[in-house]
Amino acid sequence: MESPTAAVSVTGLSVTRGKSLVLSSLDLEVPRGEVVGLLGPSGCGKSTLMRSIVGTQIITGGDVRVLGDTAGSAALRHRVGYMTQNASIYDDLPVIANLNYFAKVIGADPDQVKRVIERTDLGSVARSMAADLSGGQRSRVSLAVALLGKPELLVLDEPTVGLDPVLRVELWALFAELAAEGTTLLVSSHVMDEATRCDRLILMRAGEIIAQDTPARLLQRTNTTNAEDAFLALIHEAEKPASGIRAPGKHRAVSEEP
Amino acid sequence: MNPARILATTQRVLGQIRHDHRTLALLLLVPALLIGLVSWIFTDTPVFAQIGPAMIALFPFIVMFLVTSIATLRERRSGTLERLLALPLGKGEFILGYALAFGLLAVLQTAIAVGFAVWVCGLEVSGNLGLLFVVAIADALLGTSLGLLASAFARSEFQVVQFMPALIFPQILLGGIFLPRNQLPPALETIGDWLPLSHAIDALNAVSRNDQDAGYIWWRIGFIAAWIMVSIALGSVTLRRRTN
Repeated sequence: MESPTAAVSVTGLSVTRGKSLVLSSLDLEVPRGEVVGLLGPSGCGKSTLMRSIVGTQIITGGDVRVLGDTAGSAALRHRVGYMTQNASIYDDLPVIANLNYFAKVIGADPDQVKRVIERTDLGSVARSMAADLSGGQRSRVSLAVALLGKPELLVLDEPTVGLDPVLRVELWALFAELAAEGTTLLVSSHVMDEATRCDRLILMRAGEIIAQDTPARLLQRTNTTNAEDAFLALIHEAEKPASGIRAPGKHRAVSEEP
Repeated sequence: MNPARILATTQRVLGQIRHDHRTLALLLLVPALLIGLVSWIFTDTPVFAQIGPAMIALFPFIVMFLVTSIATLRERRSGTLERLLALPLGKGEFILGYALAFGLLAVLQTAIAVGFAVWVCGLEVSGNLGLLFVVAIADALLGTSLGLLASAFARSEFQVVQFMPALIFPQILLGGIFLPRNQLPPALETIGDWLPLSHAIDALNAVSRNDQDAGYIWWRIGFIAAWIMVSIALGSVTLRRRTN
């Protein structure tokens, strides 16, 4: 069922933390060269799903294939760029020193440091200490690190959170530009109005995927005009037969664990 | 193992400390000042001549333990470790990068402490000064490797600081500074004989008194090295690419 063109294909992914099931038997596909939005409320399992795709999450069951390899395999570490939700950078180093270090670890060309600084609009603060930057600037440094080495797949966990609207629009333009160059982007957000900027959407709620489709088709299917309403309509749709169908599904995911 | 990635990590760690002037000053000057204080306390007694060399063993060990355990804990908590382990950086490269950075700092720290002890406080070192540095560096790397290991078992800065008295103080108490090890109760003497700091203290005493041959000192350095390898091996097992 894995299509050869998919950048990411996930089948039956389950993740448990302690005794609770964080992700239950997820199936999803991310086609190459698209900007795919992963939308859902805070705490619905977006970050856990992203960590599973990057290969830093211990998974309970299922299969996660990334660019034709098993997620987290050594060969993928050069090909996947990952931006965590909190800016994972060194606060006690200047921006440029952060980027220089990660560029050396990745083995990226030193010229790329200049290039990613331009792309993320950090030129004016390149020499400042990371700790002295605003939250939005720090998150852009973290994004700049993810861009180093020209990865084929970018997994970005809430890159636009806390940014002013102008910058947000600029970032989405950057994502579209990267996709046009052939990069695949999986971008999470809990802001529903960012949905329209994606080629494809994955809507999540409480550890389950409730829809994956293009924004246009989702609006059409739910007969709504914006993502927020479409999301609500889908939740209602999922909950109506929920008592009969969902519950055993959840049960099965638990009992399948070894 | 890629030397470029190891050196990049070393350079990054040193860069972080270089930008933090207060930490750098404390790291380099506090040991010398404390040795000066001990020598002042024991003015006109033979005590400083006896315990001075051991003091040189204590500081690189304690300081590097604390600095490494907190630095590694910060890497774990800030997400930079997760990011690095998702990138093509080997665990061994990460650890060696740290060991190299703190090894270099230990050389500087020891140079200042020994210089101060010898030229200002009048401590006599009749043996080979080079060997004294080798022991001090081994000692610092021991602190680094134990600190790395401790950070794996700590969830917060509060916890990691508590590991210092738990793991370090017994080694100081049983190392022979307070009472020579052969005068301890037999069970404690045996435990002390297996602890790495005891061997660092023995080696430094031997260097400063020049009363043993080089083989005696190298055997002790080897013993410390074995502890370093074991803790680094255990420490790298605790660096997991996948976490929950």
